[in-house]
Amino acid sequence: MLATVARRSMQSGKLTAIALFLPPALLLFTIFVVLPIAEAAWYSGYNWNGFGSPKNWVGWDNYRFVFETRAFGLALRNNLLIIAVSLIIQLPLALTLALLLAEKFRGAVALRMLFFMPYILAEIATGLIFSFVYDGDYGLLAAIYRQFGAEAPHLLASTQTSMLAVLIVVVWKYFGFHMMLFIAALQGMDRNLIEAARIDGATRWQTVRLIIIPLLYPTIRLSVFFAVVGSLQLFDLVMPLTRGGPADSSQTLVSFLYSFGVMRMRVGFGSAVGVILFVICVTFAFTYKRWFMRDE
Amino acid sequence: MSILKRAALAAAALAMTAGLAAAQTTVKWLHIEVNPNQVKIWEEVARDFEAKNPGVKVEMQFLENEAYKAKLPTILQSKDRPHIIYSWAGGVLKSQVEAGVLEDLTPAMQGYKDNLAPAAVAAFTVDGKIYGVPHAQSQVGFMVNKELMAKGGVDPASIKTWDDLLGAVKKLKAAGVTPIVAGGADKWPLHFYWTNLAVRLGGKPAFQAALKGENGGFAGPVFLKSGELFKQLVDLQPFQNGFLGFKNPQAVGAFGDGKAAMILAISSFYHTQKALAADKKGIADDNIGWFDFPTVPGGQGDPTDTLGGINGWLVTKGAPKEAAAFLKHFVSLDVQKRLAAGNFLIPTFKGAEEGLASPFMRQIAANLAKSKYHQNFYDQDLGPNVGRVVNDATTEMAGGSMDAKQVAQAIQDAVRQGN
Repeated sequence: MLATVARRSMQSGKLTAIALFLPPALLLFTIFVVLPIAEAAWYSGYNWNGFGSPKNWVGWDNYRFVFETRAFGLALRNNLLIIAVSLIIQLPLALTLALLLAEKFRGAVALRMLFFMPYILAEIATGLIFSFVYDGDYGLLAAIYRQFGAEAPHLLASTQTSMLAVLIVVVWKYFGFHMMLFIAALQGMDRNLIEAARIDGATRWQTVRLIIIPLLYPTIRLSVFFAVVGSLQLFDLVMPLTRGGPADSSQTLVSFLYSFGVMRMRVGFGSAVGVILFVICVTFAFTYKRWFMRDE
Repeated sequence: MSILKRAALAAAALAMTAGLAAAQTTVKWLHIEVNPNQVKIWEEVARDFEAKNPGVKVEMQFLENEAYKAKLPTILQSKDRPHIIYSWAGGVLKSQVEAGVLEDLTPAMQGYKDNLAPAAVAAFTVDGKIYGVPHAQSQVGFMVNKELMAKGGVDPASIKTWDDLLGAVKKLKAAGVTPIVAGGADKWPLHFYWTNLAVRLGGKPAFQAALKGENGGFAGPVFLKSGELFKQLVDLQPFQNGFLGFKNPQAVGAFGDGKAAMILAISSFYHTQKALAADKKGIADDNIGWFDFPTVPGGQGDPTDTLGGINGWLVTKGAPKEAAAFLKHFVSLDVQKRLAAGNFLIPTFKGAEEGLASPFMRQIAANLAKSKYHQNFYDQDLGPNVGRVVNDATTEMAGGSMDAKQVAQAIQDAVRQGN
């Protein structure tokens, strides 16, 4: 009898908490997330330039136009390229540095700070700084080339190299963030396991390969998740560097949305791109969570 | 209770001050001008208007060019929208009119409009109604650095036809001078080549026909030929190294620094090349030259036809009537003469061109006065979508990744997709 009363009061306490705390969050989420998504889906069926209200219903045409646009394919390719580079170059680099800098030695903290610094910089500022670095006439790169008596290439002005230039900046800017994730995980790691391995006569390489990396898997999965989502969102770094050019060679999905949807006042078309991007993100997030992050 | 009371009092106080503020009309004026010297004069004009019209306040707001274009549709939806906005006329103006966000200025312009250049007023007329007050015109043509041209052994005055231009480029290259500087990252500086060639090849009839989709639209023979001729120039690699990475201000600055012999310019670059040059002086007046865009033998266009901009101001729906009054004050003989004296623009107010101080700007004004067909910039005239595709495609051609046929087809496809 007493127990049921207690349970009931607990339940009603929970209900009050829900009634109190859920509505504000739900309201904000609905206004700023659910409604815009629904609106975008609705707009994507119209040929509309943003003035007045949408009237010209075109059905699936906008989606067809998106897939017909060459730049969309390039943007998709570039996003995949960014993910690949994040996984193949950035993560191993971050991991290696983390393994070195997680140790306690003089200057370790200073080095960590140094590598983390690019991440703190605003994206736009980073883009501007690198557009000066890459400048083929007055840039830092040009000065280095000149030291060797060579003519500097205009990296940002060629369809062959513009994406390379963007990728270098992406790695430079974000590896410090992933390194910090790994360092945090390493410091939280149970030292006893490593010590035990050492006593058992494991070499340094064996310890890393068989003990540390397996223990880091949750963090690695998280890091991969951030890398992929970051790639899908990449925009503010590209704009000051290349604006997606030349000839759309360095377009990402979001910069494609901006230059083909917003700048051209094709709200319907842009919304279609937004919906496609949304579907990609949601599909990725759910499958990834299901397949790789089950345990967390 | 006391809180409620206090709130009620505050609300009452607010209502009272709001009532007071209403006696004062504020005209919100959104502009995109970056030249501080010109903005200074504009500010003085605004203060002058305030002095003559007690109770009216003119508030200047600024947005950068590209940001302005991107934000405009959203701005116009807002209740707090500016009353006066900038416009390049053309397709964008048309869609704004169709959306009903603009005030019809026809009654306010009665009588006054006869003072303005008819072509400029026509550009701001949609379906017989006037929606804007034009204040400036410009012409596209080649601005040259006479010293560098002489170094290559080229007399700018001798360049009359497209082949002359190609010859000049070859000569300049042989002499080790960069022939042309272009801001390829902004794309529109490159679309001038293709569109100006189309003006020379087909004249007004070709453009009108293409708009209606006749003769194959923009994939028709005139526009194909424009692409082919532009390709001839591109194949000579006339532009500076890395031109696709240069934004327009950088390119104009490079011209002002004397890095190249020519630039396909809007006449107002006469002023901007000084402001954007490294030494803030740019190329001196006696060293700067101009020749009109070369003609093409057999072309249907008249050699006096011009490509250029017509800029003006629109009044948004629901703006106070003082907005139109201010525009009439802003585009009046005195103010236009003053701006002309600073060589900031080619005025639209008849007679104000006499105020132009530099022979260079006088020349441009004379060209525009002679012109019977003044084609507005394609990327404005064709509307935001098709216009941008023209920019994209012609830039790709300059970069070597599209040929004449693909350019024409891309533009025609965009027309087909609409808006």
